[in-house]
Amino acid sequence: MPTEKAPSARVSPPLGGLGLALAIAVLLGGALAAQTARDNRYAAWETESELLYVQSGAALTRLGLAFDDLLADLYWIRAVQHYGSTKIADEADRTYDLLYPFLDLATTLDPRFKIAYRFGAIFLTEAYPDGPGRPEQAIALLEKGVEAMPERWQYLMDIGFIHYWWVHDYEAAAEWFRTASEVDGAPWWLEPLAATTLAQGGQRGGSRLLWQQLFETSDNEWLQAEAGRRLLQLDALDALDQLGLAAQAYRDRTGDWPRTWAQLIDIGLVPFEPLDPTGTGYILVPGTGEFELSSDSLLFPLPSEPEALPDPAS
Amino acid sequence: MTESASGGFVASLRVVGHVAVHVFKESVRDRILYNLVIFAVLLIAGSYLMGQITAGQDVKIIKDLGLAATSLFGLFIAVFLGIGLVSKEVQRRSIYSLLAKPVTRPQFVLGKYAGLVLTLAVNVAVMIAAHYSVLGVMSWLESPEFRAGWEAPATDPAMLKAFFLIFVQLMLITAVALFFSTVSSAALAAALTIGLYIVGHFNADLRNFETVVDSPAAAALARGFYYVLPNLAPFDVKTAVVHAQPVPWGYIALTTAYGVAYVAALLLASIVVFSRRDFK
Repeated sequence: MPTEKAPSARVSPPLGGLGLALAIAVLLGGALAAQTARDNRYAAWETESELLYVQSGAALTRLGLAFDDLLADLYWIRAVQHYGSTKIADEADRTYDLLYPFLDLATTLDPRFKIAYRFGAIFLTEAYPDGPGRPEQAIALLEKGVEAMPERWQYLMDIGFIHYWWVHDYEAAAEWFRTASEVDGAPWWLEPLAATTLAQGGQRGGSRLLWQQLFETSDNEWLQAEAGRRLLQLDALDALDQLGLAAQAYRDRTGDWPRTWAQLIDIGLVPFEPLDPTGTGYILVPGTGEFELSSDSLLFPLPSEPEALPDPAS
Repeated sequence: MTESASGGFVASLRVVGHVAVHVFKESVRDRILYNLVIFAVLLIAGSYLMGQITAGQDVKIIKDLGLAATSLFGLFIAVFLGIGLVSKEVQRRSIYSLLAKPVTRPQFVLGKYAGLVLTLAVNVAVMIAAHYSVLGVMSWLESPEFRAGWEAPATDPAMLKAFFLIFVQLMLITAVALFFSTVSSAALAAALTIGLYIVGHFNADLRNFETVVDSPAAAALARGFYYVLPNLAPFDVKTAVVHAQPVPWGYIALTTAYGVAYVAALLLASIVVFSRRDFK
């Protein structure tokens, strides 16, 4: 007796495997086409400004449950992104309003987030438009770091450095260097640095010494690169001074300021068109005796140097 | 202990083991271990992306990410599998055929718990291996000068302390989920377990409640809750190990003892409740 074939429980798709894959590809392609058409027709939907939804570090610490560290990392990344994107933004009225709150939240969520203090201080002190130019916020951030980790002499040194380089308060700088030198494990050179700061405040040699120490003692690649860049900027400032002397010599000889590099080269005041330490040519401002760093240079803009202390002999 | 009593204990353990293995196999069938692939991809992609956007903090952030992801993935497994351990069997009515077998109710509860702990142990072990592998590669790619500047080596063995306490915490959460699974539906058990997980991280506030309220009765009640509710915050030593802060062995031992005692109490309560349930 012929047996009737039992109906299969599995229903095969009407299109088969290949047809199904093709259908999925077509549908995904349709989604992609719709997205592209929308992006081409309408401008990207952007909020007018970035928002900081939770501003209280204490509240975030509670909300973070066991994930404070990860939240701290996120705020740190937001700080880095905010600084970087604002710095390269085209708008004339760019602001770094959220930089300090991001750094403050990151360091409240993870009080031992060492690099957030040092990097944060560098970001905050950088003069506008390359940064917010807020040394007082940088000092507040570093003082918070000192409170969390009193053993970190580096933060005390950084506070002294900010007083020296950005606030130009050499007495305060020397005092912070002295305080840093008293921390267990602080390097020997901090104490003489305090004395040197008082004696040579504002002189380029003193600045070079400070950046050199930062370069040699930084425990991070980025910090070291930043200190290295500052040292190269000081080299560029030295070179500009030398070029100024050459221009003066030219004027003494010819009665006029040089208008081209060739004029300086022809009479042997400079051997060739000079390049800055990153390989970009300096700009001769014709007929003024002045020279500038090219805006194409990796060292642009040069820092405004601290004012030198008055010569005690005068 | 007499020979027959010890033989009975071994037989009982064997039954618990059978149930546990069954739970583990079921979790494998449910593709729970797929989360390990997500974890590995998260770490590997994270390690690459972090290097681009974190200004030299990639190792610290990968450590944070690996530890947090282990804790979070484990939490999801503990809660969403834990709540179904008993309630799902009741809902599917498979509990009748199970109880008809030579498995006592305490053996059933203990076996279910052990099975989920085994699943968690396998998960955490593989996550630890992936975590150390990614950090090992990152360390190998970095120059010795900058490795010297790190707070702790990338593959610092001290991180195992944090992983261990995460595992003990997950054991505790599994026991909480199992307890609620014996007394309520899966949805309610999930809500209650997650609620206790959140409360468990605020627990320290209850201890010092008298500083925020004037009422001595309210303060005493809060202090009572502090001792009764699970205190999960002490299990979190992630920040300490990432920043190379010492975590004393005594602290780990006492926190583990607290976790194990709490788990034992919850399992006992689960056994009592489950043994008294009427499935007719």
